Amino acid sequence: MKIAIVDYGMGNLFSIYNALEYVGGNPEIARDPRELAGAKGIVVPGVGAFGSCMNQLSRFSGPLLSCYQQGVPMLGICVGMQVLFQESEESPGVPGLGWIEGKVVRLPEGVMIPQMGWNSLSIKRPVEILDGICDGDMFYFVHSYYGDPRDRSVVAATTEHGVELTAAVVKDNLFATQFHPEKSGPKGLRLLENFVRSTRC
Amino acid sequence: MLARRIIPCLDCDLGVPGGRVVKGIEFKQIRYAGVPWELAGQYYQDGADEIVFLDITASSDRRETMTSVIKKTSLSVFVPLAVGGGISSLEQAREVFNAGADKVTVNTSALKRPDLISEIAGKYGNQAVVLAIDAKRRYSQEDGRTAVQTDEGPCWFECSYYGGREFTGVDAIAWAKKAVSLGAGEILLTSMDRDGTKLGFDIPLTAAVARTVRVPVIASGGCASAEHMLEVFQKTDASAALAASIFHFQECSISEVKEYLKENGVNVRI
Repeated sequence: MKIAIVDYGMGNLFSIYNALEYVGGNPEIARDPRELAGAKGIVVPGVGAFGSCMNQLSRFSGPLLSCYQQGVPMLGICVGMQVLFQESEESPGVPGLGWIEGKVVRLPEGVMIPQMGWNSLSIKRPVEILDGICDGDMFYFVHSYYGDPRDRSVVAATTEHGVELTAAVVKDNLFATQFHPEKSGPKGLRLLENFVRSTRC
Repeated sequence: MLARRIIPCLDCDLGVPGGRVVKGIEFKQIRYAGVPWELAGQYYQDGADEIVFLDITASSDRRETMTSVIKKTSLSVFVPLAVGGGISSLEQAREVFNAGADKVTVNTSALKRPDLISEIAGKYGNQAVVLAIDAKRRYSQEDGRTAVQTDEGPCWFECSYYGGREFTGVDAIAWAKKAVSLGAGEILLTSMDRDGTKLGFDIPLTAAVARTVRVPVIASGGCASAEHMLEVFQKTDASAALAASIFHFQECSISEVKEYLKENGVNVRI
């Protein structure tokens, strides 16, 4: 019943590991793409710049795509959500995974950048992974860019920071958040618990 | 809209096995308050938006104690953790990040070598570097200092280092600005005049810095009540308020403070 946390060398994975374990998951750090085989769930974390993340992540992209196509529940977090898009204003010319059509764009001028702190969600699609989470619940964000999907129907939740921006996307077995559920207190743990449950189906 | 944050601060004496949380008064006297990760866990359960650990002993041989405190805390505390006290190199910052910290706070070492800020920010991002400033009011008129109006007359603010034991002559507001340009993602602003006095935050200081920089400012020093928190949020653009003793000694709880702030129209996470 393992949940693989993709370790592609971008940031420490302590928090997400501890949080998944705390909610009853069985996380394992996957440093090698082969370790994704047999995973019941996959978490793609991410900190740092889009370009360097994509660079490091590229060796995982094939196995990740086949897991996605096989229907393995997947959770992208922060830059781990942004890399699902086709490209980013942060690193022009670097292609993303492109599983979600659209571009990652910079937060508007005039607001605090990075957005850092707790912001409330407005839920657009009441998907299972948001079970127990309500409009107005707050989550912890740290980012300067956000994903802007062409097809608005993939938007699961938004938040406001100068603009209404995508806070979470859902597409088939894929769910991704711009915020950090592992740093978002009891509500974040609830979301992770829902994710862990989805890996048991 | 971003919520205003309430941050308990745990001043840690790491000279005893496992460390302990202490509270200094006006940077001098010390009272014992508890075990670091236990207190952090309680505050998390009670609604802390973030936890700050400051190693007040700040000697290199105790770094291991701090990393074990962070590791233990991060097993059951799922809000951002900031760690400071004696971090003077990228290597030392790396140790605390690897233990599970989300941010490091730097003070003395950054004043002595400002490039430390850009080194850590370059590797871990601006959001991971908090510049701590210990500021003291100076009522003497001096050229080149940022004058701030207060009820006691105009003053400027001088940065202190080595835990408030020495002064630098550095203008706190100018330093905040410079540190942000070097990559500091947040300012932890402590009023030395108010710290431990229970008179409330230094409003003119907090307002002046929050007006000057475009990164979040955490107000610190002097908070003794929920009313003080309300005052700093109503009168300044501070993003967060930090307190230690009112939480440590059960004068009020974080959840009570947040309920009070919410009733008074402050956007907080409940």
